[in-house]
Amino acid sequence: MAAVVHLEDIHKIYDSGEVQVHAVRGVSLEFSKGEFMAVMGASGSGKSTLMNTLGCLDRPTRGRYLLDGVDVGQLDRNQLADLRNEKLGFVFQGFNLLSRTTALENVELPMLYGPHRPSAREMQERALRCLDIVGLSDRADHFPSQLSGGQQQRVAIARALVNHPQVLLADEPTGNLDSKTAIDVMGVFQRLNDQGITIVMVTHELDIARFCKRNLIMRDGRVVSDIAVPDRLVAEVELRRLQDAETAAKLTA
Amino acid sequence: MSKRVLHLLLPAATGALFIVIWYAVVFSLSEEMRFLLPTPGEIIAAFQTNGAALARATLNTAEGALLGFGLAIALSAVLALTLSVSSLVRVSLYPYLMMLQMTPVIIFAPILVLWVGPGLKSVVVITFLICFFPLVVNTTQGLVSTDRNLVELFRMYRASKAQEIFLLRVPAALPYFFTGLRIAATLAPIGALVGDYTAGSSAGDGGGLGFQAIIYSSQAKYPALFATAAVTCVLGFVFAAVVIGLSWLALHQWHDSYERADK
Repeated sequence: MAAVVHLEDIHKIYDSGEVQVHAVRGVSLEFSKGEFMAVMGASGSGKSTLMNTLGCLDRPTRGRYLLDGVDVGQLDRNQLADLRNEKLGFVFQGFNLLSRTTALENVELPMLYGPHRPSAREMQERALRCLDIVGLSDRADHFPSQLSGGQQQRVAIARALVNHPQVLLADEPTGNLDSKTAIDVMGVFQRLNDQGITIVMVTHELDIARFCKRNLIMRDGRVVSDIAVPDRLVAEVELRRLQDAETAAKLTA
Repeated sequence: MSKRVLHLLLPAATGALFIVIWYAVVFSLSEEMRFLLPTPGEIIAAFQTNGAALARATLNTAEGALLGFGLAIALSAVLALTLSVSSLVRVSLYPYLMMLQMTPVIIFAPILVLWVGPGLKSVVVITFLICFFPLVVNTTQGLVSTDRNLVELFRMYRASKAQEIFLLRVPAALPYFFTGLRIAATLAPIGALVGDYTAGSSAGDGGGLGFQAIIYSSQAKYPALFATAAVTCVLGFVFAAVVIGLSWLALHQWHDSYERADK
């Protein structure tokens, strides 16, 4: 099977006049459809730069990046943006929802732009379907401030799904959530991954990374470890275990 | 006692106490000095004798305040959008906007009378000048304070500049706009009154409350003067209440400044 993402000796050098920062120093990576990878590393390890490259937000200084067979290096800014809207979905640590718009309208947002804008009816149907996937179809007309943090992140995931992306890129998606809600959101990711969606997420939490299939650790701009997760956690099991522990604690108390 | 009842009872008690003190002060004055402070009863009587004149003056002032306020909203929105486009536009215009605000409006009154004539037109312009600044400053601040993450999100989706302004920046600026609007709403009746006081005219259907104040003070009708003050106060309350209502309509569903029962 052809790789969804193919990185070949990627380098990124930031040149701010006096200082040159060599953020990524020769990363080669490949992953195929259905991958679920956690990228870890201390701040300054180059993981954010790598994510920006993967997200077509930043072009590598050297090296080749093929996204679903398209050579990203050959594209101009607008083509890059179109490719991004078509192939990639983004989830952020701070959810980044518009507070004045309902969950449904937030999910519709990525469809408003770009060359192929669907009809209002189709946008609504697609948005509703994506909200249904993350289990929030009954909250479509709620405003973000009326939703919990976990629900807001689910809306953000639905928004990332709405253009049928090949790859979902998530930057610390559980960083603003308590541990139980974080596992819940990882459950949403696991279900999406089971349906064939490729996911790459940055996290600094080891126990969150254990819900993924593959863990990549970066240091000083290089990949220092790239392993398949040995005993992968399943969100549903962990949630049940947490619940049982809570019940037990209540009984003994 | 429930909190609700207490919240009604306490201000009422304060008011009653205030009126008692008021009467005490009046009756502590010697007979010939009592004209300085009319009693609440005398002021109510003044309402009855001057009702028609006060009602007409109130409508005139309200009209001037509303027109000036509306003009300020419309033009400040346009200017704020222009200012929000680039910081270069802001640095070019801000000093002069400040100058406009720093110059006391009273100074403009005689000039305005010369330019647009006395009466409603001058009142509208003076009200506009007073309301304009807080609206422009707040709305501009709102338009440029949009969450950077959301701006980047819009750029990432390749939203057009117009989409960025109208789907993101304008809605995000609404709370700021309403803050400016609340300030301007309390200033509008005062502005209209000051405008009328300095540039009012009895021409046409007569002057407003400012003009009426001049007449009453020159005729030493002090209870009527106090009645005029009371009406102005009520007018201010009406303006503020309408704006607070509009603000609630626009923000209560999504903005954190309003508590929600369903949260």
